[in-house]
Amino acid sequence: MEPAQEQGGERLPVIRDAVGIGLATSTYGLSFGALAATAGLDLLQTCALSSLMFTGASQFAMVGVIAAGGNPFSGAAAAALLGARNGLYGLHLAPLLRPRGRRRLFAAQFVIDESAAMTIGRRAPEAWLGFWAAGLSVFAFWNLATLLGALGARALSDPSVLGLDVVAPAAFLALLAPRMTSREPWLIAALGVAVALLLVGPLPPGLPILAVACAATVAGLVLSRGEAASAPPEQTEQGGMEVMDQ
Amino acid sequence: MLWAAIGAGALCCYLLKLGGLSVPERVLRDPRIQKVAALLPVALLAGLMAIQAFSSGQQVVLDDRAVGLSVALLLVILRAPFLAVVVGAALATALLRALIP
Repeated sequence: MEPAQEQGGERLPVIRDAVGIGLATSTYGLSFGALAATAGLDLLQTCALSSLMFTGASQFAMVGVIAAGGNPFSGAAAAALLGARNGLYGLHLAPLLRPRGRRRLFAAQFVIDESAAMTIGRRAPEAWLGFWAAGLSVFAFWNLATLLGALGARALSDPSVLGLDVVAPAAFLALLAPRMTSREPWLIAALGVAVALLLVGPLPPGLPILAVACAATVAGLVLSRGEAASAPPEQTEQGGMEVMDQ
Repeated sequence: MLWAAIGAGALCCYLLKLGGLSVPERVLRDPRIQKVAALLPVALLAGLMAIQAFSSGQQVVLDDRAVGLSVALLLVILRAPFLAVVVGAALATALLRALIP
């Protein structure tokens, strides 16, 4: 009896947080739905991205490339690059969730920023609950909001009147902000902006962002080599956790 | 073509998620992988932001979107919530366009 009550007491705040995160991401989902509709995706394509791809920054990137007139496959490549961090969350989540067989195939779809964030600082049963509560809550709110955003934008004849073309860059800025915790991310962000704007003229749409990814990879390899030479190994451990913190 | 790209992008994103759940932990301990994985999202988000705010087709341009993005930056500095940043930027841009057609 007592342990059950105790568990109930610890579960409630986890579920409340998960619903809160779902509500917060739904505002972002509204923006995504509106942006996808203005980029020329139909309703089914917009909703398919939110349910099948189900990783916000990747979806914004793909639709952003398409909106800028780029090849949709360049958009898909940019989406995959931005989705790579979910793989890293998976590495952190695997020992907590211990999913096997078919359950692993199902759990994988819900490995996103929010569900990974809900496991940080929690022990096994609450971490497990945090992952699933946040994953399912965000999935429900995200897909509903995408549908509403797409329907809303399609009702307008000229979305640029409402400034909807600023939604994506403003969203990227808001996503970027919590990561700018030291000098290194500022340098890397500046590198990203510089490479993108230098190559937007000479390269066809969609390719500049892939060049940014190459430049960042090279910079990351150079920086990690510098750290390996000069710093003790604890520092690199911290560098890895930074991704989870946002 | 759009459907094929959506399918390919979604499949890649899913396989990355699944791959992370399936990779042995010692790979994660490689500091080079940690470093690149931490920096890649920052560079990509910054690059995408620049392209979408400061380019039109294949030309670098400075127009009313820059005003909207400045408003977004101000709201981010003021620690406004996500929706306020996005809506504030869009409203500022819309207002500017209504005032100066």
